[in-house]
Amino acid sequence: MLSQKTKDTLLGPLNANNPVVVQILGICSALAVTVQLKPALVMGIAVTIIVAMSNVIVSLIRNTIPMRVRIIVQLVVVAALVTLVSEVLKAFAYDVAMQLSVYLGLIITNCILMGRLEAFAMTNNAWDSLLDGLGNGLGYAIILVIVAFVRELLGSGQLLGFQVIPQWCYDHGYENCGMMLMPAMALILVGCVIWVHRSLNDKEAK
Amino acid sequence: MKLNTNSNVYTFVYMTIVVIIVAVLLALANQALKPRQDANILLDKQKQILGALKVDFSQADPAEVYYTLVQDTLKYENAEVYVANLNGAIKYVLPLSGKGLWGGIGGYLALDEDKNTIYGVNFNHESETPGLGAKIVDMPFRAQFEGKHIRNAEGQVVSVAVLKAGTRAEGQEQVDAISGATITSTGVSTMLNEELVNNYVEFLNEKEVEDVESED
Repeated sequence: MLSQKTKDTLLGPLNANNPVVVQILGICSALAVTVQLKPALVMGIAVTIIVAMSNVIVSLIRNTIPMRVRIIVQLVVVAALVTLVSEVLKAFAYDVAMQLSVYLGLIITNCILMGRLEAFAMTNNAWDSLLDGLGNGLGYAIILVIVAFVRELLGSGQLLGFQVIPQWCYDHGYENCGMMLMPAMALILVGCVIWVHRSLNDKEAK
Repeated sequence: MKLNTNSNVYTFVYMTIVVIIVAVLLALANQALKPRQDANILLDKQKQILGALKVDFSQADPAEVYYTLVQDTLKYENAEVYVANLNGAIKYVLPLSGKGLWGGIGGYLALDEDKNTIYGVNFNHESETPGLGAKIVDMPFRAQFEGKHIRNAEGQVVSVAVLKAGTRAEGQEQVDAISGATITSTGVSTMLNEELVNNYVEFLNEKEVEDVESED
């Protein structure tokens, strides 16, 4: 259905060219919002929407942008979208917006965005840019969700706020791992994801 | 006709137009979403006040519960006190705000009618460390405040101290700090002290609250 090139554009960032575990971009926010699954999901969706939309917009106006101020134009586009998303979240998902707090605004400085705009949207058409944005956003979201899943499960025994580890376990001496709540653990988990990812992809290459 | 996209004039005009478009767009979005956002902020505040009053609102509409309980607001120079009627008992809810480690902290303190005994507290924070300072919002920490007195034996307002377990406060009651979150705990202590001793002094030292209107 899709040509090989568009397929690579969309699906490449999900695995082989993942922005977080291969390009090591966007780590800062990945550490901060992955204590629980829900904010991680919302953050992933927000970044996906923003990367995709800013990619499309920048791609559409790429021929009119004066080269010397192109980064500024890109930033204005991203900043406008981020502000819009944060206003919408404050209106419709207030508690999540509060949980994400400054990290929502800091999407502006997420390297994935600037990277995709500079490297892809400035030289490709709008359709490809949309796919590229979706792919990269989802690639980022996947890692966030994996890390948040482990952290919430082991750190507070819950998933999406629902208790999944039964009281029975606590009665028999199981305890939540407080370490999981610390940002350092997120870094270690991202490291583990990278490890698994590398060893799997190495096998494929052979 | 080919525009020189690198000329100064073009760059200047281009940026001006882009910025104007974005500004108009954001202003419109802000206007459109403001009522909903304000409603959310108000609801959040009401939920926190109900939390301080230890009212369970999980089965009901929080706003409705709030309006049946909290019927009066006392206003002072730089303070506001919410008066709640909890099954006939009057509780005063005092909003608090202060500084934690990474950002602002705040909360609501519910006092019994004697303006001395703490009925319940609720804390919130902007960005305290999860698992450490952020624990001030959790029940184990908050529950310690219940039944403590904010006045000393002479009736002076002295607040409640948040101290490391094992240390004793002079002339005031105390609760245990959160281990590993010294600065946040001290922040809570300072917030309580400053708010109670300075901002609410007028309310706390008022002998009689004129609730003549609510009689009939």
